[in-house]
Amino acid sequence: MSGAFRLDWGGAINRSRPLNFSFDGRTMSGFEGDTLASALLACGVSTVGRSFKFHRPRGILTAGPEEPNALVTVGEGARREPNVRATTQPLFAGLVAHSQNCWPTLDFDAGRINDWLHPLLPAGFYNKMFKWPSWHAFEPAIRRMAGLGRVPEGPDPDRYECRNAHCDVVVVGAGAAGLRAAEIAAQAGARVILIESSQSCGGRRNWDRASEGAPSPAVPPTVRLLLRTTAVGVYDHGLLAAVERPPSPCQWRERWWRIRARQIILACGAFEQPLVFPDNDRPGILLADAARQYLNRYAVAVGTRVVIATNNDSAYVLARDLQDVGIEIPCVLETRSHAPEDEAARCQASGIEVVTGSRIVRTTGSPHVASVLFRADGQSTRRIACDALAMSGGWSPVSHLYCQAGGKLRFDPAQSCLAPDGALSNVHAIGAAAGQFDADTVLEDVGITLANVLVGIGRSPRRATPERHKRRNTSRLAPGAPGCEEVDRPTRAWVDFQHDVTVADIELAVRESMISVEHLKRYTTVGMAIDQGKTSNLNALAILAARTGRSIPEVGTTTFRPMFVPVTLGAIAGGRNGRFYSPTRRLPAHVQHERLGAHFEDYSGWQRPACYPRAGESLQEAIVREMQAVRSAVGIYDASPLGKVMVRGPDAAIFLDRLYATSILDLREGCVRYALLLNEQGVIMDDGIVARLAPDEFFINTTSAGAVRSIAWLDEWLQCEWPQLRLALTDCTSAWATITIAGPHARALLREMPTNIDLGAASLPHMRIRTGQICGIPCRLLRVSFSGELSYEVSVPADFGASLWEALMRAGQRHGITPFGVESLNALRTEKGYLHVGADTDGSTIPDDVGFGLALSRKVGDFVGRRSLSLPENVRGDRLQLIGLRCLGDPSAFRPGAHLLDHLPPEPQSVTGHAGPAVIPTLGRPLWESGLRKRSVRVTSGYLTSAVFSPASGCHIGLGRLRSGRSRLGETIAVYDGGRYCQAKVVDPVHYDPEGRRLRG
Amino acid sequence: MMQIECPYCGLRDEIEFSFGGEAYLTRPDLSVDDVEWTQYLYFRHNLKGLHAERWRHTHGCGQWFNAVRDTATHQFVKSGETADQPPQRRIGEIA
Repeated sequence: MSGAFRLDWGGAINRSRPLNFSFDGRTMSGFEGDTLASALLACGVSTVGRSFKFHRPRGILTAGPEEPNALVTVGEGARREPNVRATTQPLFAGLVAHSQNCWPTLDFDAGRINDWLHPLLPAGFYNKMFKWPSWHAFEPAIRRMAGLGRVPEGPDPDRYECRNAHCDVVVVGAGAAGLRAAEIAAQAGARVILIESSQSCGGRRNWDRASEGAPSPAVPPTVRLLLRTTAVGVYDHGLLAAVERPPSPCQWRERWWRIRARQIILACGAFEQPLVFPDNDRPGILLADAARQYLNRYAVAVGTRVVIATNNDSAYVLARDLQDVGIEIPCVLETRSHAPEDEAARCQASGIEVVTGSRIVRTTGSPHVASVLFRADGQSTRRIACDALAMSGGWSPVSHLYCQAGGKLRFDPAQSCLAPDGALSNVHAIGAAAGQFDADTVLEDVGITLANVLVGIGRSPRRATPERHKRRNTSRLAPGAPGCEEVDRPTRAWVDFQHDVTVADIELAVRESMISVEHLKRYTTVGMAIDQGKTSNLNALAILAARTGRSIPEVGTTTFRPMFVPVTLGAIAGGRNGRFYSPTRRLPAHVQHERLGAHFEDYSGWQRPACYPRAGESLQEAIVREMQAVRSAVGIYDASPLGKVMVRGPDAAIFLDRLYATSILDLREGCVRYALLLNEQGVIMDDGIVARLAPDEFFINTTSAGAVRSIAWLDEWLQCEWPQLRLALTDCTSAWATITIAGPHARALLREMPTNIDLGAASLPHMRIRTGQICGIPCRLLRVSFSGELSYEVSVPADFGASLWEALMRAGQRHGITPFGVESLNALRTEKGYLHVGADTDGSTIPDDVGFGLALSRKVGDFVGRRSLSLPENVRGDRLQLIGLRCLGDPSAFRPGAHLLDHLPPEPQSVTGHAGPAVIPTLGRPLWESGLRKRSVRVTSGYLTSAVFSPASGCHIGLGRLRSGRSRLGETIAVYDGGRYCQAKVVDPVHYDPEGRRLRG
Repeated sequence: MMQIECPYCGLRDEIEFSFGGEAYLTRPDLSVDDVEWTQYLYFRHNLKGLHAERWRHTHGCGQWFNAVRDTATHQFVKSGETADQPPQRRIGEIA
C-alpha cells in the first residue's frame, strides 16, 4: 500500500530511499527518515492497538516518546521487543511490527466486550470483586489478560554495549535551548556531551515552516553529539544514564551510557497535553503539535478535513500549515471565551471559523473519528464532520530528570504548568523544560544560566556573541489551563489513555476519600503505565484539585523515578551476561578434572567437580561409589578454594585468641586446632582450622565459601580496633593449591612420594602441620580430616597443583585411588556429623547449639562474641540444637530445608481442591487462621539441614536442628517437605565411627 | 551511584566500597547489663542529615576510613575534625 496520505514534497524524509516494512502481516512502504508511526499514518493506517482495560481501538496520539496508544511489538522470535512506541521507532528496511493486546485480530478484538461492560469495571474494581470462592480461582485468568505485550522466548542473541564517559557539562536535548547551551559551554573550553533522543538536532525547528531555509545552528565540533540517545535517569553526584540505539539493526542493539558530569543541563522541552472531553480517544484524534510534526517533518497529512480544538495559542499555527497544503479546516474550537486577536483575524481571513467558549460534547466514528459534536456558550449542539481532530490542551515541561535529581516543582499559574522550582547545585533546567515558553527570551536566559554553570566549574564564559540565529519563531509553546470542568459523560472522557483511566475514575476516587495524590495514583492507576503519565498527570491533578476544592499546588505531585522511558534489561546488563555475568574461577588442576570426566558445578564462583561419574553412571551412583572408595581404599580431592591466611607477627597469637572463640594462645608449634569465628552477636560466622608454624606465625584455613568474608573480618579488626598490635595478614587463598588424600591407604600412598616429611603415625599424629618438600616442591602438609578417614591436605604453590595431582594419581593407581568431588565429600562429612557453616548453621546459631558450648566456656580471656553468649535468648534451654536424623520411610520428604514436626498430622485436608499443603509449619506461635476454611497452622520444632544417602548406614541420614534436640535422642519425629511426610529417628550427629578410630589411624 | 573520596586513592565510584555502618561507636565495658549490651549490638542512629559512618575501599586499597555523609542528599562533608580522626571505631579493649 503506497502512502495515500503522503504529500509529494516537503518533509525531512529521503524519498529516494523507500523502505518496506510490515504491520500485522500487511506489507507497506515508507521512506528513510520516517518513524514507524509516520509511515503507518502515510499509508492510512488508523487503528494501531487496543487499550489496556477496555480494548478500545486506538490510534496514534503523539509524535514522540510520550505516546500512550501506539504500542507495537517489533521483531520476531528471540529478538521480539514488546511495547515499542511506534512514534520513536525509526523505520528500517524489513521492519516487522505487530499490534498488541488484541485477539483474534486488531480490527475484531474479542476483548471489546470489556468496553460494553465498562460500568462494571471502574477504577479499583478488582479490589471489590473476585472474593468468592477464592481469589486464587481467578488469578491465572487475570494474569493472562493483564499486560500489553508479550516478552520474547529464548535467550537474547543480541549484543549490548556499555560506555562510560566523563565531561564537564552534559546537555540533554538538542533543541534551540540545548544547542545554545552546548555552544556557550564549548566556547568557554568545557568538555561537552550533547544528548538528543531523536534522529536529528534542532528540536521543534525541524517542523517549523518559518525556519525552513534559515541555516540550522551547527553543533560545535568539540561537542560530543549522541543522537538517538535518550537520557533515562539522573543519579547521585552527577551520574546520568542514557540509552543509545542504532538507526538500523547492526552489531549492537543498544548502548548504555553512564556519563559522569560536573554539571547537567536539562533542555528536554515540554509535552503537549490532550484535552479531556467525552470520546477523546478515537483513532484520528491526536495532538496538534504532533499533527504539525507529521505534516512538516514527515510530509504526512493526518486527514483531509481536520478540526482543531485548543485551549491555548499554540495550535493556530497548525491551521495555517494545513491550509498551505490544501487541507480543509472546518473550524477551530477554542475553549476560552476569547481567541487571540491576531490569530482570530488570520483565521477569519482564511475562511476558518473560530468558535470561542466551546466544549466538545462527543465524537462519533467507528472506529476512526467521523464527526465532532460541540456546544458553544448559549447555543445548541452542532455537529461538524471531519476525519481528524487535532487537540491542544497546553504544555507541560519535561521535568522528570530534574525531579529525579531531587528538584521540586512549582505550579506557575501564568503558564498553567508545573515547572522546576529553585536551583540544584549541579542540575539546571533551561528553555521549555524550565517552563519558559517564550522563544525570544529563552536564549537570553540560557546565557545567564550557562554563565553560572561555567563559573561553577571554573571556566569563564566568552563575551556574548551577537545572536546569529535570531529568527522569527512562529511556533511557540503557550500556556493552557488543564481542563477540569465537569464533563457530560465522565465515563467516556479519558484522562490516562494507556491505563484507560477516565474522569469518572477520578471522581470515584474522590468519593471514596482517595484524595491524596498518592492515593489517587495508586487507586486509579493514572500515570502508572509505561508512559508514566507524560500526557495524563497534569490533567489528573487538575481534575483532582477541582473536585476537592483545592489548588494544584495544594494537591502536589507524585515522585518521579528512573527510568524516563522503558529500558531493556539487556541495555543495563551491557554484555555482562552468560559467562561474563560474574568471573568464574578454576581450580589449578581443572584440565585434569576434565579429563577424568568430572561433572562441574558452581560453588561460590569456583568451577568444582561435584563428582566424577563413569560411563553409564548416574550422579547419585557416582557419589556412592566415591564414598565407598574413600572409606575402603583412598580418594583424592581438589581442595584449592579453601580460604588461606598467613598471620605473622609478635602479636599474632594475641590477635587470633581475641578473634576466635577457640583458645589459640596455648596452641603449640606444629599443632592444628579446629576453631570457630563468631560475630559480636555470638553467632557462628565461619569455622576452620588454625595451625601454628612458629611462635609468631599462623596458617589459617577458612571455609571456601566464607574465605573472602572471614579474611575481611580479620582485617577489619586489625585496622579499626587494634591497629597497635604488631602483625600482618596475608591472604594466600589462590596462592596455594591444596589436594586432600583421604582413606585407609592414604599414608601408604604418600609414602610413595619423594618427601622429606616423616609420615609415621607417631611423628605425624592427627591435627598436625609440617612444612617441607614433596616431589621437590615446597609444601605444607596438614593431617586434618573432613571425611572422617585418615586424611592429609597437601598444599603447594598453585602453579604446581596440576602436576602434583597427576603425580599423586599415578602413584595411587596401585592403591585404588579414586578422585572424589564436592558432593561426595559433603556426604562423607554428614555421616561424621561435621558442620557445614551456612547449611547446618544460620544467622542465629551459637556455639552451644552445635555442641561447642562447653569447650568455649573453658577458654580463659575474652573473645569476640563472648559477651553475647550470656544474653537471655542464648541461654534458653529450648534452643534449636544440632542432632542427627535417620530416615525411616520414603526419603522424598527427607531433604535439606524440610520441617521437623513433633507428630504427624491426623490426615492432611485439601483446601482449594488443587494440590497444596494444609499444614503450614511456622517457627513461631500461630498468629492467625487464614482463608475461608480453617487451615491449621502448626508450630515447627526445627529444620533438616543436611540430608544424604549413606551407604555405610544403608539409608538416608542427615543433620538437623531440633528444639531441645540433645535431650530427645531416640525419639521418632515427623519430617515435612512440600506436601509430603516421612518419619525419622533422632540420633547423635555422628552416624559413622563415633569414637573416631579411623581418624586417628 | 555515589562517588566517595578514599583518603588514599582519591575519588572513586561507590561500587568499589563496602559500607561499614555507623562510626565512633563505643563498646561498653563488659560489666554492663544485658539491656545496654543489646543496645550496643543492635541500636544505631537513623538520621535524616549528617551521619558519621565507616567505609572500606574493598576493591581498591582495602583501607577503612571514616566519612560524614548527608543521608538526605548523599553529599559527603569534609570537616576538619572528622577528617583528622584515625579510622577506628574507638572501641574499648577486648582483653
